[in-house]
Amino acid sequence: MSIHHDHDHPHAPPPDADTDLSYYQVLELAVTSLLTQKQVFSADEMRRQIEAMDARHPGLGGKLVARAWVDPAFKARALQDGSAAAREIGLEVGPLKLIVVENTPDVHNLVVCTLCSCYPRMLLGLPPDWYKSRAYRSRAVREPRAVLREFGTEIPDDIEVRVHDSTADMRYLVLPRRPAGTDGWAEDRLAALATRDSMVGVAVARSGQS
Amino acid sequence: MSDAVPARFVPGDRVTVRRSCPPGHLRTPFYARGASGVIERLCGAFANPEELAFNRPGLPAQPLYRVRFRQADLWDDYQGPERDTIEIEIYQHWLEAAP
Repeated sequence: MSIHHDHDHPHAPPPDADTDLSYYQVLELAVTSLLTQKQVFSADEMRRQIEAMDARHPGLGGKLVARAWVDPAFKARALQDGSAAAREIGLEVGPLKLIVVENTPDVHNLVVCTLCSCYPRMLLGLPPDWYKSRAYRSRAVREPRAVLREFGTEIPDDIEVRVHDSTADMRYLVLPRRPAGTDGWAEDRLAALATRDSMVGVAVARSGQS
Repeated sequence: MSDAVPARFVPGDRVTVRRSCPPGHLRTPFYARGASGVIERLCGAFANPEELAFNRPGLPAQPLYRVRFRQADLWDDYQGPERDTIEIEIYQHWLEAAP
């Protein structure tokens, strides 16, 4: 018999475990409130902007990766100018300066932003929480192989691990290696193998074997 | 950008990141200051973020490079093979030609 449930009358559920607002949450609420009151933008415009951001997802980046896997000329253009290549296949990247970095038999690429949390949101959507964590940001540059191992990604010592720190105006998308056994696959099917984590570089693309 | 500082470096040049700690908003990571690497590419010229952060125009624009460093040159205790590298975006005014 449990300590608390040796009775049979209904009772109120436990209260939500909401914590107090942090300093920056209060600041954000105050600034948002000022900007809407001063009609710099409306609450509806802000909501729509959030909606547009939430609508972006790693499938967009996957589309670019799949095209690069099937079309060597497109891949060459993507490595030359990622933004132009994305626009070429109808991906809206805005002012984003995209650099596509290719994993090869000799190089494995990993992306981080040590200074904040720069991320190719136009192609991958919102970054995962770990990407913004201080632990990832500090360790990805200093011990990338240990970080990769924690993601289950073992890179042999004869492959160079190349970290990209997005410190300024560029955003990075990793072009993972095409999984074996996917010859002749349609682009849509290939795109599903290019996971978010593989385009950040903490993992390789999903296997083509079911 | 027409109002831009001319680019001083080309891919392959060896450069050293200035060892400087001015106050303000900086986008040159501490861990790279004083380190030497090789220019990987010129990314273009961009308004200086150190000025933009204070709502100033940041012009003339600064050339921005991607500089490739050997991990072993950045961390004394780097745990990984010699071939591992890191590439960092650094503005020209933080770079000097390496001897």
